[in-house]
Amino acid sequence: MLQRLEHLLGIEDLTREQISFILDQAKPFQEFQRHPLKKLATLRGKTVAIAFFENSTRTRISFSTAAARLGADTMNLQAEASSLKKGESLLDTVRTLEAMRPDGLVIRHSSSGAPEFVADRLGVPVINAGDGTHEHPTQALLDALTIRDRKGHLEGWNLTILGDVLHSRVARSNVHLLSKFGVRITLCGPAMWVPRELETLAPNVRRVTRVEEALDGADVIIALRVQTERLHEPALAAEEYILRYQLTPQRLQLARPGALVLHPGPMIRGLEIDGAVADGPQSCVLEQVANGLAIRMALLYHLVGGAAVEPPPAKPPEKAQ
Amino acid sequence: MPTTNDRLLLIKNGRVIDPATKTDATNDVLLDGVRTAKIGTGLSAPDAEIFDASGMIVAPGFIDLHCHLREPGQEMSETIETGARSAARGGFTAVCCMPNTQPVNDNASVTRSIVERAAAADTVQVWPIGAASVGSKGEALAEIAAMKDAGIVAVSDDGKSVATARLMRQVMDYCNSLDLPVIDHCEDPSLFAGGVMREGPRSVRLGLKGIPAQSESICAGRDVELAVLTRARLHIAHLSTTGALEYVRHAKKLGVRVTCEVAPHHFTLCDEDVRYDTNYKMNPPLASRADRTALIAGIADGAVDAIATDHAPHHPASKDVEFDRAPFGIIGFETALALTLSELFHTGKISITRLVELFTTGPARVLGSERKIAVGSPADLTIFSTDLAWTYRASESPSKSRNTPFDGRAFRGAPVATIVGGRIVYRRELGATA
Repeated sequence: MLQRLEHLLGIEDLTREQISFILDQAKPFQEFQRHPLKKLATLRGKTVAIAFFENSTRTRISFSTAAARLGADTMNLQAEASSLKKGESLLDTVRTLEAMRPDGLVIRHSSSGAPEFVADRLGVPVINAGDGTHEHPTQALLDALTIRDRKGHLEGWNLTILGDVLHSRVARSNVHLLSKFGVRITLCGPAMWVPRELETLAPNVRRVTRVEEALDGADVIIALRVQTERLHEPALAAEEYILRYQLTPQRLQLARPGALVLHPGPMIRGLEIDGAVADGPQSCVLEQVANGLAIRMALLYHLVGGAAVEPPPAKPPEKAQ
Repeated sequence: MPTTNDRLLLIKNGRVIDPATKTDATNDVLLDGVRTAKIGTGLSAPDAEIFDASGMIVAPGFIDLHCHLREPGQEMSETIETGARSAARGGFTAVCCMPNTQPVNDNASVTRSIVERAAAADTVQVWPIGAASVGSKGEALAEIAAMKDAGIVAVSDDGKSVATARLMRQVMDYCNSLDLPVIDHCEDPSLFAGGVMREGPRSVRLGLKGIPAQSESICAGRDVELAVLTRARLHIAHLSTTGALEYVRHAKKLGVRVTCEVAPHHFTLCDEDVRYDTNYKMNPPLASRADRTALIAGIADGAVDAIATDHAPHHPASKDVEFDRAPFGIIGFETALALTLSELFHTGKISITRLVELFTTGPARVLGSERKIAVGSPADLTIFSTDLAWTYRASESPSKSRNTPFDGRAFRGAPVATIVGGRIVYRRELGATA
C-alpha cells in the first residue's frame, strides 16, 4: 500500500514506488493538455497559495496554470511585492497566508531548507518549487516523465548532467530520483562546480571533468544553465566554458545514437548549449515544459485534493464545466 | 581582604578531586565565607551550615573561558544577570565573557560597566575579555592596558580573527608586555565566504554553503607562527579541526606558549548531524566525524587545555528563520558538564581527574592563574554527581534564550551545587532518583 504523501519537500526521501505512482498519476493529465477546453472542476472550491520568494517566471506560471486547470483558485505572493522588503520574517509571511485558509502552499525560496521550515510550522500541504541549492523535486519528476515517455522506462540508462552541478538543485533532485531506478549518473563540469562530495549523494554517481569522457555512452544528457547570478566564487570566463563544456552537435555524437537532451530552462543558447542541439530531434525541451504541467496537476490533485475530491478523468471530458 | 561573610559552610563526605594538588580522597571541606578554612576527615563546626556531599564529587570552582552574555546592547537575548544564573546552574563559578557586545568592550568604561553589573548580579564571577582592536574592526589597537586595570583577563576579537597578521603581531607583542593571553578566533574570511556549515558531503547534500576546515587551520597556523615570533601567550578558542589541533601540538612541542579549548558541541556532534534546524548552526561549524575523533583524542592526551562552552544566546525569534539567515551559536552553560560526562567520562575516554582539570586548572592556566582546593584558597567549589539521571529542559533555563540542539536530551551526571565565595549560588533540587 502506497503511503500517502503529506508534502513534497524533495526527492531524496521518496521511495521508488512513490515516484512511479506520481508519474502514473500524471498520465491522464498529459492527455488532458491536448483538449481544446482545459478546465476541470476537480479542485473547485480549493485554494492554492503560490509563494515565490525568488525570481521565477516559468515554474510560477506552470504551477498557476496547473491549479487553474484543476479548477482551484490561487493566491499569489511574490517577494518583490510582499512585506519581506519591509523586514517581515518568512514565518510571519507564511502564517499570514495560512490565515487566509489555503488548501496547499507552493513555495520557492533562495534558502535551502525553507520549504521544510515552513512545512514543520504550518498545517497545510507544502510543495517545494525549488529551494536554494537543495532540491527542485517537480523538475526531476517532469524530467523522469519525459525520459520514461521517450525511452519506455527509466531503469538502466546512462545519464550525464553537464554544468554547474554544485549550485544546481535540479541536478540534486535528478540524481536522487534516477539513482533510485538504477540509472548510472555522470556529473561533469569545471572542477570547482563538481566537488567530489557529489559522488556521495546517491549510489552509481561519478564525477568527470572532461566532457568527452562524460558524454561517451550517454543515453540521456541534462545540460544545466550556467547560473552566474548564484555564484559566490569568482565566475569562470564564459569563453572558457563554451570552449570546454558547451553541448555542441560534435560532442553530442559521442553519446549513444538517439540520446535525449534535456534542459531545465531558462536556456542560454550559445553558452551551455548550441542552438542546433537545442532545436534538434534529440532535444526534449518543449516536452519538458508540457510535462511540467501534467506533473504539477497530478501533485496538486494528490496533495491538495486529498481523498474528498473526485478522481481525475481517464479521458479528457467531452464538455467544459 | 576583610571577611564580609563569616557564615560557615561545611561540605561533608564528598570525594574531593583537585588536579592541582593531585588529591582524590573522601574529605570534609570547611569554608569560612571567603576562604577554604579546613580540609580533613570528620570535621565539625557547630555553627556551620552542613552540605552532605556523600556520593558526589567536590571540585575546585569551574571556569568557563568562553561565553557571550550580550550585555550591554543585546539584552533581548541575555543579560549578565540571566547569563550568570544559567552559568551557576551549569556548575560554573566564573565565566569569561567575550567583548562582542554593543558597544564592543574595547575601552575601560565598558569593562567597568560589565564588572559593576556582574557585582550587582552577585551570582558567579564574571571576568570580561577585552577587544584586541577598536570595535573589533581589525584596524587599531584597543585600550588594552586601561581595560586590564578595569578588570579584563584576556583580549580577543572573537566572532572573527584579528584581521591581519601585522595587527595580530602587534596585539601579541603588546599583550605579552601586559601579561595577558590573546584568545584567537581562527577564521580566514576569504575561505569562510558566507558559509553556514562545514564543507563536506553533508553540506553538498543539503545545498548549504560550506566552510572548509582550512578556514580555521590556516589562521591557526598563522597565529602559531606569530606566537613563535612574539613569544606571547596565544589561546585558540573553540578549536574544531584536526589541522588547527596539529598546529597547537607543534607549538607545544616547540615550547611556545600556545593553548586551546574545545566546546562540548564539537566533541558531541558532527556535520552529519546537521539538519535544517538553526540549533545546529554555530561558528566554528560542527566538524567532520574524523575531526571530532581527533578532538576527543586531543582532550584525552592533554593537547587540549580546557573545555569552554561558547555559550551564545540568541533570542528565539532571531533563530526561528531560514538556516542560512540565522545567527551562529547555541547556549551551553547547563549542558557542558553533562555532555562531558556522557560523551567522554562514561565512555571511558577520560578519567574523572582529567575531566575536572579541563574545567578548573586547565582554564586557570590559560589565564595565568591557579585553581585548587587548599587551606586559604578561594571558597569557590563545584559539586557534581557523575550518575544523577536527568533530562535537560531548555524551557527551565534562567537564560533568556533557548537555542540548543540538546533540549530534551537525557543525561547521566549533573552539577549539584555551585559555591561562590563560600555561598551556595545554585543548588539542584534532588528528587528520589538522587
